[in-house]
Amino acid sequence: MLQIDNLRKTFDGSRSERRSRVLAVDDLSLTAEEGQMFTLLGPSGCGKTTTLRCIAGLEHPDRGDITVGDRTLFSDERGIRLAANERGLGMVFQSYAIWPHMNVFKNAALPLEVLPRSRRLSKKEITARVERVLSVVQLDKLMDRPATNLSGGQQQRLALARALVMEPPLLLLDEPLSNLDAKLREEMRFELKRLQRELNITAVYVTHDQVEALAMSNKIAVMREGRIEQVGRPREIYERPSSRFVADFIGTSNFIDGTVESHETGDLYLVDTPHGKIRATSAADLPAGEKVAVSIRPEYVEVEKGAVPASDAVGRWSGVVETRAFLGESVDHVIRVGELEMRARCHPSLSFPPDTEVTITLQEKMCSLIPTDE
Amino acid sequence: MTDTLDKSETPASERTPPVGRLKRMTRGWSWRRVFTAKTLIIALVIAFVGYLAMVPLAYLLYGTFYDGVSITFRFFSEAYSAYGLTEMVLNSFAYAIGSTILSVVIGTTLAYLTVRTNVPFKGLIFTASLVPLIIPGILHTIAWIFLASPRVGLFNKVLEPVFGPGVLNVFSLGGMMFVEGLHLSPLVFLLMYAAFRSMDPSLEESAQMSGARLPTVLRRISLPLAKPALAASVLIMMVRALEGFEVPALLGIPNGTWVFTSRIWRVLNEYPASYGQAGAYALSLLALTTVGVFWQSRLSKRGRAYETVTGKGFRPRPMDLGKWRWPAMALVFGYFVLAVVMPTLILVYASFQPFYAMPSANSLKTFTLHNYAYTLTNSQTLGAAQNSLLLGLGSATGVMFLMAIVSWVVVRTKIPGRWLVDNLTFLPLIIPGLVMGVALLFVYLRFPLPIYGTLWILFIAYFTRYMPYGMRYAASSMYQISGELEESAQTSGASWWQTFRRINLPLLMPGLVAGWIYILMVSVRELSSSILLYSPGNEVLSILIWEQWENGQFTELAALGVLMVLVLVVLVAVANRLGAKVGVRAD
Repeated sequence: MLQIDNLRKTFDGSRSERRSRVLAVDDLSLTAEEGQMFTLLGPSGCGKTTTLRCIAGLEHPDRGDITVGDRTLFSDERGIRLAANERGLGMVFQSYAIWPHMNVFKNAALPLEVLPRSRRLSKKEITARVERVLSVVQLDKLMDRPATNLSGGQQQRLALARALVMEPPLLLLDEPLSNLDAKLREEMRFELKRLQRELNITAVYVTHDQVEALAMSNKIAVMREGRIEQVGRPREIYERPSSRFVADFIGTSNFIDGTVESHETGDLYLVDTPHGKIRATSAADLPAGEKVAVSIRPEYVEVEKGAVPASDAVGRWSGVVETRAFLGESVDHVIRVGELEMRARCHPSLSFPPDTEVTITLQEKMCSLIPTDE
Repeated sequence: MTDTLDKSETPASERTPPVGRLKRMTRGWSWRRVFTAKTLIIALVIAFVGYLAMVPLAYLLYGTFYDGVSITFRFFSEAYSAYGLTEMVLNSFAYAIGSTILSVVIGTTLAYLTVRTNVPFKGLIFTASLVPLIIPGILHTIAWIFLASPRVGLFNKVLEPVFGPGVLNVFSLGGMMFVEGLHLSPLVFLLMYAAFRSMDPSLEESAQMSGARLPTVLRRISLPLAKPALAASVLIMMVRALEGFEVPALLGIPNGTWVFTSRIWRVLNEYPASYGQAGAYALSLLALTTVGVFWQSRLSKRGRAYETVTGKGFRPRPMDLGKWRWPAMALVFGYFVLAVVMPTLILVYASFQPFYAMPSANSLKTFTLHNYAYTLTNSQTLGAAQNSLLLGLGSATGVMFLMAIVSWVVVRTKIPGRWLVDNLTFLPLIIPGLVMGVALLFVYLRFPLPIYGTLWILFIAYFTRYMPYGMRYAASSMYQISGELEESAQTSGASWWQTFRRINLPLLMPGLVAGWIYILMVSVRELSSSILLYSPGNEVLSILIWEQWENGQFTELAALGVLMVLVLVVLVAVANRLGAKVGVRAD
């Protein structure tokens, strides 16, 4: 549905900086399938918003191709550069960009009213379509209200309605939830997901919030310094981060340095670490002797009372509880295994006081191997 | 007032109950505590502000409606039955509306080009925006007489082969609109520049994403959003044009195009001077400007309702004008030449001539420095320069010091009625300079204080007129200082005066200095109040230029004008440097 090839975008550097150009997007390629919620996730300044604005036509890339369906929106080689208003995409801005001098109905109707005369609908049809889209976002009761009298959540839904009223092939969402308070954000997250699925919309979603990304996306691209670090389904990204950056940026992770000892069946490897042997998975082929780090999420570290009887069991290590913190939904333990501090997230029914001797079990399917930075 | 002072001090004493003071506190309030330095200073300051703002208006009403015997509308009926009155009122409105339209169209176009497009030479527009600060209205008007008068106008000479002699006539209603409109346009530019800058660019981008083309975006989004600022600009320019004196006096009177301000000046300069009639005209003008100012402040309040959630400020990509880039540049260039280059050049040219003649190969040979020598040695110019400097320094220092205290009262204290003080300091804003002159004449011709005929009356006029500007500078810096800084000084044992002098004043200083320079500049250029209040021997620079114009000393006047502009350029540069420094500090 959306295809981006070798996109590159530089900005003029600020005067204080030595470099004359700042590289915002660096040779980026991605594909989003029809009906997918494709998320660009990354810390601020990673180029995700610039990428989105390039798709929208609000920025001109230096190089690359952008295609939506079978329509090329931008191609430097073929000299195609459609203006933002010719692309026919829907976009929800971070600030919502609700026009304050119009009421709710007018805001949602404008995209239909400015269509070229040949394609313009009759007044009646416009009214019908606006009413329909407003009822989808549950604003049909507030149609005559001035847009400035809406709450944050309502403005957000209006922005969504305005972006959808043209029935665009692609919806662009620029951190649409970041201006809402926590409770409302959670609500809107499910609402947005439901609408996207029900209306079968293809959407590109930009966010720096990993929880949001995991909850809403079919596919996530984690970005770093203008490049895509990893693309995958939310579960893949979470459970099998391909780099330390991804593992660190999404959730918390334990990292254990070691070397590959041998390849076992499938994607399973046996890894030797200073604290004992461990089995872990890797998508890439790794030769024996390769230095690696094992990444495992705290919630996959199982804790039980008492030391391990035979301490050479693979993936089962003895440790001592150092501290614990009650977080309501879970209890976090910091467990010392030799020099290593392991974080373990347990069900609230399991709680061990400091200095308790415990055994931790690292589930092999949940341990992923990532290359060390050296 | 005593009540609140007690209330505000009780909690402070509860926080730090020093043993020795506790006994005194528990006795409740006493007169000694009410008459502290703090309350005395505050009371004096409020009384002073009230006096300055209210007394002239009160006397104006009194003098216009009371003829020494009974309450009367005689002066009104006299004033409004005078010959040509309907025409005068119509002229006033035509002149104000015409110059407003011109200035708003020019200023808004330039502002939009600067903020949202890639038009080249944006620096020229910013330079031009300083012109009204640097070139006093009277000089600007005189420069345009040199450029476009039917007989000696340079432009007319250039156009003569094509259109015949005297095609441009600056001495006409149209000429007045043009010169005033050109002089006001930078002000519109600054107002609209701020408005366009503060507009969330994603509002326009979302319209683009909705499929709207540029003309549609402009028509349906940008202009409606700029409407509050546009309406405010229109009202401010209307008020400015109505109160303007220089253009109507120099361009209107010669061909009999009278407006309110020139009429007021006229009835006071006839023999016998009719103060009652002047008061009647002044009150009418005051009513008009009051409506304008209040309407504008209501609009700006409503404008705030347009504010929406704003996101991260993504720097909008300046719009590519494409093939329109060069026409737009020609527009900017033409404007710069007309508004800055030509008026300045013609003044400089005139200042080097022995007598005024239209620029020609011949006249360029008669270059002389005589006018500068005359200006720099003549006792009259030196005296006027001294007066202007004295008045400028005095009113700038006085206003800023007083407003520092007033802004403290308004921003920091909970004294009931402080909103009244706030409004009183802004009251002079609605009073046109000429009306202020009339009002002060009314006060000090009747008042026993022997102020009339001295510099003091000018000082009071400047002080009152520039109080609102001083307050704006002082209050906005006061709002930036956290109240805790002051409270911590108090808990450290500093008295109110010590706290004010050692904590507040130094922190306010950048804002106060900026305001000080601004007031210094505008008082050096002040003409419309001074013209009614000065007395021979007490001229200030702008009055001297006026007198030289009346005497036909065009070239001496030009030299004086050029020197004055140079001084103002230096002041503006200093102010900008300071402004930049203040900006850095605010970061």
